[in-house]
Amino acid sequence: MVAKKALYPHPKNPVILASGIMGTTGASLTRMAYNGAGAVITKSIGPVPKKGHPNPTMIELENGFLNAMGLPNPSYTEFVQEIENAKNNTSVPIIASVFAGDKEGFVKVAEELSSANPDGFELNVSCPHAEGYGATIGCDSCLVEEITASVCDIIDVPVWVKLTPNVTNIVDIGKAAERGGADAVVAINTVKGMSIDINTGYPILGNRYGGLSGRAIRPIAVKCVYDLYASLDIPVVGVGGVSCWQDAVEMVMAGASAVQVGSAVSQSLDVFKSISSGIEDYLYTNGYSTIDEIVGFSHKMG
Amino acid sequence: MYPLNTRLINIVQESPSTRTFFFDRYFDANAGQFLMVWVHGVDEIPMTLSYNSGITVQKVGDATSRLFKMEKGDTIGLRGPFGNGFTLPKKSDKILLVAGGLGAAPLAPLAEYSFKNGVDVTTILGARSSTELIFGKRFSSAGDLYITTDDGTSGTCGFVTDILTNLNLSDYDRIYTCGPEVMLGCIFNMLQDEKYVLEKTEFNLHRYFKCGIGVCGACCIDPKGLRVCKDGPVFKGTELIDSEFGEYKRDASGKKVNI
Repeated sequence: MVAKKALYPHPKNPVILASGIMGTTGASLTRMAYNGAGAVITKSIGPVPKKGHPNPTMIELENGFLNAMGLPNPSYTEFVQEIENAKNNTSVPIIASVFAGDKEGFVKVAEELSSANPDGFELNVSCPHAEGYGATIGCDSCLVEEITASVCDIIDVPVWVKLTPNVTNIVDIGKAAERGGADAVVAINTVKGMSIDINTGYPILGNRYGGLSGRAIRPIAVKCVYDLYASLDIPVVGVGGVSCWQDAVEMVMAGASAVQVGSAVSQSLDVFKSISSGIEDYLYTNGYSTIDEIVGFSHKMG
Repeated sequence: MYPLNTRLINIVQESPSTRTFFFDRYFDANAGQFLMVWVHGVDEIPMTLSYNSGITVQKVGDATSRLFKMEKGDTIGLRGPFGNGFTLPKKSDKILLVAGGLGAAPLAPLAEYSFKNGVDVTTILGARSSTELIFGKRFSSAGDLYITTDDGTSGTCGFVTDILTNLNLSDYDRIYTCGPEVMLGCIFNMLQDEKYVLEKTEFNLHRYFKCGIGVCGACCIDPKGLRVCKDGPVFKGTELIDSEFGEYKRDASGKKVNI
């Protein structure tokens, strides 16, 4: 088993608010921190204002959510003040999520958002439903490496790269991010999906298709995290359908140094507290002193 | 939940710019709760329930324009009811409703509920002109009604606040307001020096919604990050002190726009 370096900034609490959930304003990020998130990640911010796709942009299905927001954001010019606001009101790390259509765009947005002193960056090369952005880039390992390297070149704080599961081999893309200098990879973004209203025949989402999140995708995320952990030297942050502490421990045993929680916020804003205290109890009960002792544990077992 | 396919069974012109769309589905909802109304192929928009089986709509954008072209028998998709709704008054309470324009939509069912439950109801109903007043009869059947119009074509010439100033607000156990944010802001400013009045006053807010279920964060208001779709859309006046309410809101991209 390869020893991983610590995930920096190492959150005291490994339960992180995922990008795209309650991350639209400094106030909403701060509220999630107050509710027990160990770190918070902003909505993905791009080079120009975008209104996103027409509604419906998100619907709840039997075991998860289907969404196609379309990367709505007010651009870095407006969002700098939201990060500053969050920085002023909470001490937990604020991670800025960035998207763009090319290397220059990523560099520009990251550079401009740096003025608000975020504690890290997460590069969104994995949004499945915005033409020309996200997964369009994240399926191409050369582009991922190049973009990661360009951003890492000009940024002093940690840079994480969020990966799409909608590829043949996520490890290839993870390795590209690692070669580019990423401090961690985050797996996974949503799984491509679609839902149709059988009464009318209309695809339900305004964008017709989108990404599936929530409980339904957790086994997919666990497998991706497991594979990435086995092949990469940098830490893996697990995300995808985590809604209780048992899910989080599973993700950690698969290889995640921390977990992100998104859709489960719909159950209750207290989900962060309940997951982190559940993890602590689990560690205590089983005689572990830190979570690091069980990161990737399953790789030793059969 | 999947959008529920719902058939329009009656369409009533309430004023030159507003229509009520009645549908073949009953929502067991509190006044002030809303539905996400999917106009197929166009958009999905939040609409408060003006009846348990109806919404009252003003033509303002793409989705509402398409709705206005619809006829009996056409279908829309509905999700909900969502949000908190108004705090229901207790029997023998004395309540004041302040409605401006389409703000009458969630307050009319509250007036009817209250009347049925032995609550003493007084309403101030305002609009730009007499033809734009809606649900006057629903309010007058529930109790006392004061009418104001901006142009004086009906009732008192002026704004709802002109009547509000002359009422003794300590007489009321609860005050409920809905209307354009400029109007709500004026009411809030009038009441904010008297905390005990703000405490018993509820404001029904409007923001741009995306998910409608409290996840995406698009409708969060500063500085507490309260979600209008889930923590609201109804807020106590005291929850809105020193907030963005009455000052600015955010558009679909998240950019701040002045009220």
